[in-house]
Amino acid sequence: MLTAFLACVMLSFGIGATSAWAAGEALQGTLTNNGAPVPGVKIKAFSQDGAAVGEATSDDQGKWKIPVPAAGPYKVDLDVSSLPPGVTVTNGRPSLTPTVADGQERNVLFPLGGGAAVPGQNQPSAPTSGKLDRVADLLYSGIHFSLIIALAALGISLIFGTTGLTNFAHGEMVTFGALITFLFNVTLGLPLVISGVISVIVGAGVGYLQDRTFWGWLRKRRTNLVTMMIISIGLSLALRYLFLYFFGGESRAFSDYNAQAGHQYGPFLIAPKNLICDVIAIVALTAVSLALVMTRLGKATRAVADNPALAAASGINVDRIIRLVWTIGGALASLSGVILGAFQNVGYQMGFQILLLVFAAVTLGGFGTAWGALLGSLVIGLFIQFSTLWIPTELKTVGALGVLIVILLFRPQGILGRRARIG
Amino acid sequence: MNWHSIFSVSLESIIGSTTIAYALAAIGLNVHFGYTGLLNFGQSAFLGVGAYGMAITVSTFDLPLWLGIIIGLAGAVVLALLLGIPTLRLRADYLAIVTIAAAEIIRLFYRATGLRKWTGASDGLQSFSQDFYDLNPFAGSKGINLFGDLITFTDRELWILVVGWTLVLLSCLVVFLLMRSPWGRVLKAIREDEDAVRSLGKNVFSYKMQSLVLGGVIGCLGGFVFGLDRAAIQPDTYGTEFTFFAYTIVILGGAARVFGPVVGASIFWVLLVFIDSTLSEASNDHVFPQWLMTTSQAGSVRYILVGLGLVLLLIYRPQGIFGDKREVMLDVR
Repeated sequence: MLTAFLACVMLSFGIGATSAWAAGEALQGTLTNNGAPVPGVKIKAFSQDGAAVGEATSDDQGKWKIPVPAAGPYKVDLDVSSLPPGVTVTNGRPSLTPTVADGQERNVLFPLGGGAAVPGQNQPSAPTSGKLDRVADLLYSGIHFSLIIALAALGISLIFGTTGLTNFAHGEMVTFGALITFLFNVTLGLPLVISGVISVIVGAGVGYLQDRTFWGWLRKRRTNLVTMMIISIGLSLALRYLFLYFFGGESRAFSDYNAQAGHQYGPFLIAPKNLICDVIAIVALTAVSLALVMTRLGKATRAVADNPALAAASGINVDRIIRLVWTIGGALASLSGVILGAFQNVGYQMGFQILLLVFAAVTLGGFGTAWGALLGSLVIGLFIQFSTLWIPTELKTVGALGVLIVILLFRPQGILGRRARIG
Repeated sequence: MNWHSIFSVSLESIIGSTTIAYALAAIGLNVHFGYTGLLNFGQSAFLGVGAYGMAITVSTFDLPLWLGIIIGLAGAVVLALLLGIPTLRLRADYLAIVTIAAAEIIRLFYRATGLRKWTGASDGLQSFSQDFYDLNPFAGSKGINLFGDLITFTDRELWILVVGWTLVLLSCLVVFLLMRSPWGRVLKAIREDEDAVRSLGKNVFSYKMQSLVLGGVIGCLGGFVFGLDRAAIQPDTYGTEFTFFAYTIVILGGAARVFGPVVGASIFWVLLVFIDSTLSEASNDHVFPQWLMTTSQAGSVRYILVGLGLVLLLIYRPQGIFGDKREVMLDVR
């Protein structure tokens, strides 16, 4: 199953161009009752003016799909009489009106239960609890997404701090992490957890080698920063389409924990895999941030970021520090790719799609400051999710990038940045 | 392998309409990047604003084409002002991030289903070019046919070529004259040392803004040519790749050279079309084994090559073919 069952609860994170490769608009979903698929249920779709668009019957895996002619709002009715005896739609809403975006295969969720909940009983409180659930969902998915951004942002920020390079190819390191995981998990059949660990190690190695063989060499040639930045853009273009060449244009899922059902934690409905990802991300971010503050190497890193010449003069091996920063940056980017892949599927431009948001987070927090990158990511992640309360989901990236521009107008150095860095 | 068609499309792209559109985009970018040192990574947005301004006026609101062109040009000016005000006082890479973000914002708006009424969302807009082709003096003629069907242009294509190359030459003339003037010398001085110019009492911000507007308007002309040639516009044409191609063209031809972008565009597209069509013919005819390259994979090779080409150019020859070592803001050794 390619599209995660939870995608409709968590609102998928497609950013515009994701849909460019999809075949056509469709409504689809999977009907399960306590984890078991429910076959033979009739579902009908109607267009806005009431004309029937198509109907489908769920198959042995509980899956159904209705292709629709164009993007737009549709009314989807589940035929309650075709449900197996005793099974009901638990939220008492067998008729939904989802909006299909361009090229999107929109997931429509009908939560089914074994007859325990009686439709109608929940009805009176449904509107308020629906709103609260929505806010809780957005709060959680915002935090989850901001952790993904933060992992990439911390790397970009550290690399910028120590070398001055605005690395546009960082998004491809995120994609690379997801692709390596995909290679080991789906192609070679290792468990996702082991594949993820391998991917982070490979990512760290690639970060190290990248600096060892390429960026370090350019620094030694005294290539100026603008040139290096455009080089990173060329590199990003080449790598992105190299990924397309080998991986293909469609987005695919890891083979484990795909349709993991959500658990109710207080008001939050969260799939355990996402919660575990969050813990790992928080541990990684805290470890790197604390290491920057507490260890000798971290102190050396901050010294290099502050003034490379002075750091070199006081006996710090600047090249070694920069290589370490690239290694950590690569590992964090890979981890970000693994988590992003588990959350929203793997695609060749997933990293490039979040790159601008990562830049927004880093700029918002203040370029070159580790804490700023974390804070900026949190703001951007939450902002993106909560903005969907008021603006269409397909435009939520626009809101975040708009905020970036407004921030530059009023506080160009970012929340935690220093004035001296911007001029 | 149909070598005749491969050579035919490659040779046609020396002066073809795509080359014209990219040449105009690159001339505009050359004003920004080559002469003033502004890192504008949203050039695609200027072309998009031009093309959409024209198409929305004509096709959505049924107004005449000349008005559409004026609105497109005005849109480019407004966009330049909006981009410039927050960023031109900041360090160079902020402009890069903001322009690339703005270009994406604008593209997402073109795609937005909520605006389908005006922009046609991902389908784009059609039927806005009739006024333009009604003016065609070559209408009904046979067009051009050289070397026994090797280079052929229809009467429609001929008209867009004439208009397009006129625009290219006019833009080059404007750039040439402006860059010889005192105004142009200030721009080049800003590229070399902003603080020195400021200390001479020049308003650096205002000069940068004028440069951004001028280059944006020239790029916007490319948007008109692109839209009118295809008689249709689509949002994803104006994505980030467009800008990266234009950068490669500027650097290939030589930044801060009047004809650099034009020659760069010709060379770039001849090479790209040749490689592209050779690979797609080859993969259609199964010249390569299936595991090595399928037809859909052949399509992504061009982007890989452009990316690598950009990297190698910047490392080994940042002044491009015609650039002057002393004039390029990228460091040259």
